[in-house]
Amino acid sequence: MTELTYREAIRGAIRKAMLADHRVFLMGEDVGRYGGCYGVSKGLLDEFGPERIRDTPLSESAFTGAGIGAAMGGMRPIVEIMTCNFSLLSLDQVMNNAATIRHMSGGQFHVPVVIRMATGGGRQLAAQHSHSLEGWYAHIPGIRVLAPATVEDAAGMLGPALDDPDPVLIFENALLYNHSEDVNEPVEVDIDHAVVRRAGKDLTLVTYGGSLGKTLAAADELGTDGISTEVIDLRVLRPLDDVTILTSLAKTRRCVIVDEGWRSGSLAAEIMARIVEQSFWNLDAPLARVCSEEVPVPYAAHLEQAALPSVAKIVAAGRAVMGR
Amino acid sequence: MGVFTMPSLGADMEAGVLVEWLKAPGDAVDHGDIIAVVETDKGAIEVEVFEGGTIGELLVEAGEKVPVGAELARINGMVGTAQKPELASAPAPKPGPEPMRAEPKLGEPRTPTGATPKSLRASPAARRLAEEHGVDLETVTGTGPDGAIQRTDVEAATTQLDENAAPDLAPMRRAIAAAMKRSKREIPHYYLTHSFDISSATRWLAEYNSERPPPQRLLLGALLLKATALALSEFPEFNGFFGEDGFTPSEAIHLGSAISIRGGGLAAPAIRDTNTLSLPDLMVRLRDLVARTRRGQFRSSEISDPTATVSSLGERGVESLLPVIYPPQVAIVGFGSATRRPWAVKDTLAIRPVLSASLAGDHRANDGHRGALLLRRIEALLNEPETL
Repeated sequence: MTELTYREAIRGAIRKAMLADHRVFLMGEDVGRYGGCYGVSKGLLDEFGPERIRDTPLSESAFTGAGIGAAMGGMRPIVEIMTCNFSLLSLDQVMNNAATIRHMSGGQFHVPVVIRMATGGGRQLAAQHSHSLEGWYAHIPGIRVLAPATVEDAAGMLGPALDDPDPVLIFENALLYNHSEDVNEPVEVDIDHAVVRRAGKDLTLVTYGGSLGKTLAAADELGTDGISTEVIDLRVLRPLDDVTILTSLAKTRRCVIVDEGWRSGSLAAEIMARIVEQSFWNLDAPLARVCSEEVPVPYAAHLEQAALPSVAKIVAAGRAVMGR
Repeated sequence: MGVFTMPSLGADMEAGVLVEWLKAPGDAVDHGDIIAVVETDKGAIEVEVFEGGTIGELLVEAGEKVPVGAELARINGMVGTAQKPELASAPAPKPGPEPMRAEPKLGEPRTPTGATPKSLRASPAARRLAEEHGVDLETVTGTGPDGAIQRTDVEAATTQLDENAAPDLAPMRRAIAAAMKRSKREIPHYYLTHSFDISSATRWLAEYNSERPPPQRLLLGALLLKATALALSEFPEFNGFFGEDGFTPSEAIHLGSAISIRGGGLAAPAIRDTNTLSLPDLMVRLRDLVARTRRGQFRSSEISDPTATVSSLGERGVESLLPVIYPPQVAIVGFGSATRRPWAVKDTLAIRPVLSASLAGDHRANDGHRGALLLRRIEALLNEPETL
């Protein structure tokens, strides 16, 4: 049992992958000399040298495209994009190349690239650095989208992501980097399934990534009201693990979805649709969701906090669904 | 302003106890709303109002026993009286021919399970469980958001049902005794029986049901009801009421179904306009009616106005029965259990499911010749089940 931060866990996973497979390399803005904008790759340049820890120009489209090309050429690149806000500059590469080439080449090429990026708000970095766009990426067939919410998942998801012959995007909520937990090593996690983080029988809360902590705190508070609350961590945003959600719903018959993305057209909306499609007759209350308010995330601390999901909002939604 | 009066819930009823008001002064009521519960010898019956308005003064308190026709409440905005005038003005009618004939409008179905009115909030999970257990959601109290009925509420109701599964049968026994005594004293019964091959119907039924999940399947009983209702539409002298002025045929066909109640009770509430319902609709109503009747929950209109009755022994009965007419009706059709019998088909012997149908007719209103044709007509209709 080792106590690790989320940041250390990812760094350890990159190191382990690079030691195990010479085809693995890391590239991105400031990942070398600066040690990564969130300090994830600190020390790796000294250990592995500039050939394998590569600083790139400030062009997301160019270095993501280079990563995709390297992957097609047989390498196992890890591309780091500072935040998902800037990843939009590379969206063309992700969507039109990474996600499509296997299909458009009749399976002749595969693209085993891993693209990591920070996501989420809550640090007063204003509207160009604070959004949660993983739900958009989860819309795209041809890629896998992961959202590690725990130190264990942060440590364990990179390995299977590199083993996947298709592109994998990993969204790391920036508020989690300093979070620390005891971890049993070696870590073995899958990148297929959601997991029940807390068992309950009256109400299911479905969440992922940076909202897991808030959701677990809300579940504790609902528990003091006598509402036995189950919490599901999606972990994998594409493809979604419907079975875990529906199994829980069959038991609790009520569900609130917590998603830091905006409400309209969100991942939360997709999950609600699937529940209604597949589990309508199990429902005992209207589905509810706690999402970010539909504004560009504000700079002012009190406005930003008001815009994001909070423990209080989750508790209120849970009570409303229970008729309390 | 109108007056809502104690309804006559059957020819033998002289008085009823107002058990509970379900509406308070100031409440708006609409056609078909259940506004009170009345205790009669048949059990507690939900009483409907047939005109819209606003409840004014309540004239009778819960627990009071009042004669049929007594004023129970004033309803503002209602024209005339809630019941037909002849009933309202007859404070204590003798057992007689006049059924309560306040007609709900056609096309306004009477809330079978699964088709609850808009104002009822029940979750999908609650609705499904209610359907499985034959629970009427209108009788369930909701504890969810805004009083919505949730699955646990239905569970609680089904547990209660089990506890209440044996309603007090003594008053019902007295009601049966009174009605049957009167029937055998006053009605000159004649009896006809006719056995016939029903393989067409059973084959059609098996095929129909094989493509459907259990809740949508039909029982032979539904076919028997529909066939009888359709046949009666051609034999009006068997469908109606015999009163002091003789026989009055009824245009509508509201077939009563004799439903036995565990522990020894019997009731024969009606499915209204039986002849106009499709088989699936009829099956839904029948299931709902059987479930509610076994709990002692039928509505005033169901109990007061069957125009003729069917008594069907189902699968676990015997070969045939000779039923007793329920006054003031003039006919009752009985069906025994379908049994496999050696049966002559052309010049060979075959084994066929055979059903024995019987008719008890009131000889004051109809005759055996036409009765025989009625039974033949039922047979013919059952031979073409796809047309039912």
